[in-house]
Amino acid sequence: MGVLPEPIEELLNTALVGELTVVDERGRPVTHPLIPLYDGERIYLTSSVLFSRKLEHIKANPKVSLAISDPNAVSVERFRRATIQGDAIVDDSDLHSGWERRVLPLWRVKEPAIDFFLGKRVALPLFFERGIIEIRPRRAFLWEDGRTDAPPQIFELEGAAR
Amino acid sequence: MSGSTELLESLEGNYTHAVIAFIDEEGYPLSVATGFSAAPQRGVVILDAVAGDQVRPPEGHEVNVVFSHIRPQPGIGYDERRYVSLWGRLHRTNGQLELVPERVQHWDEQEMSFFEFSERGVPQAHRYMDRLSEEAGRIIKPRLPAGWLFLRATRLPFLSATFVPVALGTAVAALQGEWHWWLALITLVAAASVHLGLNVANDVFDTTSGADAANLTPTQFSGGSRVILYGLLSLRQMVLMMIGFYAVAVGIGLYLAAARGFWPLFWIGAAGVFISVFYTAPPFRLVHQGLGEICVLLGVGPIMTMGAFYVQAQRWWWEAIYASLPVGILIALVLYVNEVPDRPGDAKAGKRTLPVRWTKETVIFVYTLAVGVGFALILGGAIAGVIPRPTAIALAAIPLAIPVYSGLLDFYESPYELMPRMGKGVQLHLATGLLLVLGYVIAIVASHLMSSPPLFLR
Repeated sequence: MGVLPEPIEELLNTALVGELTVVDERGRPVTHPLIPLYDGERIYLTSSVLFSRKLEHIKANPKVSLAISDPNAVSVERFRRATIQGDAIVDDSDLHSGWERRVLPLWRVKEPAIDFFLGKRVALPLFFERGIIEIRPRRAFLWEDGRTDAPPQIFELEGAAR
Repeated sequence: MSGSTELLESLEGNYTHAVIAFIDEEGYPLSVATGFSAAPQRGVVILDAVAGDQVRPPEGHEVNVVFSHIRPQPGIGYDERRYVSLWGRLHRTNGQLELVPERVQHWDEQEMSFFEFSERGVPQAHRYMDRLSEEAGRIIKPRLPAGWLFLRATRLPFLSATFVPVALGTAVAALQGEWHWWLALITLVAAASVHLGLNVANDVFDTTSGADAANLTPTQFSGGSRVILYGLLSLRQMVLMMIGFYAVAVGIGLYLAAARGFWPLFWIGAAGVFISVFYTAPPFRLVHQGLGEICVLLGVGPIMTMGAFYVQAQRWWWEAIYASLPVGILIALVLYVNEVPDRPGDAKAGKRTLPVRWTKETVIFVYTLAVGVGFALILGGAIAGVIPRPTAIALAAIPLAIPVYSGLLDFYESPYELMPRMGKGVQLHLATGLLLVLGYVIAIVASHLMSSPPLFLR
């Protein structure tokens, strides 16, 4: 049992894609589809330096949200949707292999082909220079059956993952 | 918003739901999924209302509405990645929310390959790493293990283009009874050094001319090594490497010239180095003038083959020239086909290669004609006895030309679908060259085993 309610953890553990929303320098939301990874306490996403605007945005404003919304991208018995708000930090202290040490095992579970692509690193060197986005959840919203025409359950998680 | 009608029309068929992202009262982004329909003729997206005060998207404030799709591939991951991101303000109409998009960003990997999508991010990667370097007080740049970096920077696998003419020139000499294995070996090292020098020089001058940066669709076979562009090696490091390769080539070349016949080998070597250096280097920039194919044909055809022959036999011999023509033509065609996906970038950088100058129809016609000429030379030469008859086995490589031809027909505008066919072009040259060499070996063996070999073996 992690810091998030079980139905949301189950979603996070199976989702192949989630929508990460960050705040840009003008205070506007910008959303990026990414693979969410979860270790029971924090949510991790990674970003190549090729697509690193989101990392810059998070460094300037750590407030983020992550939605798990796509019924095709999750495998849970009864579909549901969730959004997690939280504070993110960027770990880009070792772009080359920091993400391999910290999150590759979690990534591999969802996308086994990542090892094949990593073997072709010589062909995509910049793609594999990656920063880690680490989200500390503070609030979660859960829509049973995925229906957002009904109000969500709201879970306040402040302090849960400190 | 450019192309908005078409994009809005595509939404309903391509996506199951929308995600509305907005900034809540505490300044956190909040994203909520909902159903949608599009009204392309009105230029709007209609979103189903969302229940709950805390998650209700605001009206009159800018929101980001995202449509995202993947297709899961169990045990592998996923494919069919695409998304559309719209920004605009929401207005409530008939109990629903209406978005008039003001900005859009989208990507569909079936329309733009992941490689091209990534390539467009290279300037951002550099901005990010430069900023990080400033913050960290040390240089942060991408890395590769030394062996892989060397392989990538020199484009080492393409050395087959050099191995073939050197082996062929040596085989022609061996049939004349001239065979010195150690001379063949150092000839190969010299020729390989010129070739690697050319590869590195090509990167250096395509970087300084802007041709590599302008090319957003590099493939395994085209667009250069990109080690400078990606920041894996500096321009200075590549220049030093280029000088190193040419120094080795010139050093060995001078030794061979001194040992086996100075002026003939001097001029052969000088011609090879001249073509190699000025292939992309100013002031001649031969490839920019549409002379790349001719240069490659001459350099990796007659010049290398005749050079390898001369080192062995210490005389000129027309058969070495004739035998080199098919492999010269086929290696020039490798370059020619590889230039097809580079057209937009090359044109932008003023690199007027033949595919930049010609239409698709002309490019394909000339390809077909040149392949025909190459194999006709082998067939005609073998029948007439200009080259040994067993070399006719090289005709067995002809089927490898078919996928290249059909690739040009079908994927002329699709670099990454053309890429495997470009690989077939490399195989066509290698297989033809090796079979020609094998033909010579058969003739050599036959002449040693029999005092008067039958006609088909000589």
